Amino acid sequence: MTEFFASKDWQTFLEVLPTIPQETWETFYSTLFSTLLALAIGLPLGVLLVVGEKKSICPMPGWFMKLLNGLINLLRSIPFLILMIIVIPLSRLIVGTSIGTRASIVPLVIASFPFVSRLVETSIREVDAGVIEAAQSMGANPMQIILKVMIPESLPSLIANATIAATTILGYGAMAGVIGGGGLGKVAINYGYYRYNFILEIFATALLVVLVQLFQSVGTRLAARCDKRLRK
Amino acid sequence: MIQIQHLTKRFDTASGTLVALNDINLEIADGDIYGIIGMSGAGKSTLVRCINMLERPDEGNVEVNGRRMQDLKPAELRAARREITMIFQQFNLLMQRNCLKNICFPMELAGVEKSKAEARARELLELVGLPDKAAAYPAQLSGGQKQRIAIARALATDPKVLLCDEATSALDPKTTQSILALIQKINRELGITVVIITHQMSVVEQVCNNVAILDNGTVVEQGPVSAIFSNPRSEAAKRLVFPSGAPQQELLPGRRMVRVAFNGTQTTDKPLVASLAIECGALVSIVAADTRVVNGQTLGSMLLALPESRAEAEKAMDYIRSYPGISCEEVTEA
Repeated sequence: MTEFFASKDWQTFLEVLPTIPQETWETFYSTLFSTLLALAIGLPLGVLLVVGEKKSICPMPGWFMKLLNGLINLLRSIPFLILMIIVIPLSRLIVGTSIGTRASIVPLVIASFPFVSRLVETSIREVDAGVIEAAQSMGANPMQIILKVMIPESLPSLIANATIAATTILGYGAMAGVIGGGGLGKVAINYGYYRYNFILEIFATALLVVLVQLFQSVGTRLAARCDKRLRK
Repeated sequence: MIQIQHLTKRFDTASGTLVALNDINLEIADGDIYGIIGMSGAGKSTLVRCINMLERPDEGNVEVNGRRMQDLKPAELRAARREITMIFQQFNLLMQRNCLKNICFPMELAGVEKSKAEARARELLELVGLPDKAAAYPAQLSGGQKQRIAIARALATDPKVLLCDEATSALDPKTTQSILALIQKINRELGITVVIITHQMSVVEQVCNNVAILDNGTVVEQGPVSAIFSNPRSEAAKRLVFPSGAPQQELLPGRRMVRVAFNGTQTTDKPLVASLAIECGALVSIVAADTRVVNGQTLGSMLLALPESRAEAEKAMDYIRSYPGISCEEVTEA
């Protein structure tokens, strides 16, 4: 036991420990911020994927829908690690730098909004076609159907899916440590992978697990709380 | 008034074009309760959706209160739909809104001030008999209660026409009765024209004044409910009036058969069969008989086998034809 506490790994761990709260916070806020931005782009796109269809409430030209679907699939098929490198110039342009937590938000949003738009699409599709027809029969215009029927009626599902998106983005965010992103991922990769510090690797990973649990339980609770279909 | 002229609607399916509605002509008077009945797949849901243009007809003309529905611009159509509201088999309430907000919904769409809308919604809750359910969510209600909320919602914009698409088909018989009574009350008290789509004969019997029978996309018979019930002419009408098909299937071999229909209360107590024996000397057999109450009127029909002798059968037939208050028709095939 004394050997363990005398080891170099343990010494490094003690040195790095004071920075952990800051790194945890960076992971937390970059995840939250990226999720919100991805939702801001993905929500309208996901809605468009549904309402723009031929038989839906706001039909778009077929070529447009094909292009939109194609682009989303294309972005989704690029591995995140490669996407991060591709968008480095863009990060520089938008945030002014390509390293650090703020810079990693750019690739995180670009990688996750197509995924988010697919999640939103699934949620919106769950809305009962009969309810949409009823709204039409009452004289609702397409915008009213989207804002007053589709989104509110699928809100519990949207929240559940936003939670999935947040946990996925958290995972991507950890990967951003490879190219100079900040946060717990950086700690795990820089100390654990590159310097064989097993203690820090496990510790940072454990904290990531705690964060995922936190996001998931908050999301699940929120989704259940706002769902009026459940009898109380 | 709702006027439907030469309405045709086709659907393109994988196996070719399906003619859902074929040259439909209907006229529904203001204040009427009009039934459109048919088996599933007859096209009745499509027909009712052509009235408010949820389905676009391929040919023909739909006119509601003098407005040609198919010619309206999108914004005009949305305004017109506030006067032609609809209730559904599955109620189609917004599950994430409470009852009050559900009833407010069409007023919200129309831009009615919130406080006014809520006051009106509370009146409507009272009208449909659920004043204490304002804060309840649809998931907490029974089927009948959901339909009451849907009716209140449909009345929110002071419609002139209420379309009911299988509105009682998901309800048990007792609840069906109470919903039909509510629809009747609305028709009487608010003067709203009601169009009822159903596959249940009992629904038409209970509330409709007039009925159209839809079969395979065409109207095979239409007219006052009592006339059609007492004397169904088309095959589809007979199937609906005699669901078991009993009277037709029991023709006696070698005997002429006649179907006699009594139209209304004043005739059902006339002893036709006894009179035939006494005054005409013709002994007929009753093969099948049925009475039912339609809109408070008793209607009956009988299938009679005439005497075997040709002369006697002819005599009996003449006697039946001249008998007051009944209609008759010779039945020749099973």
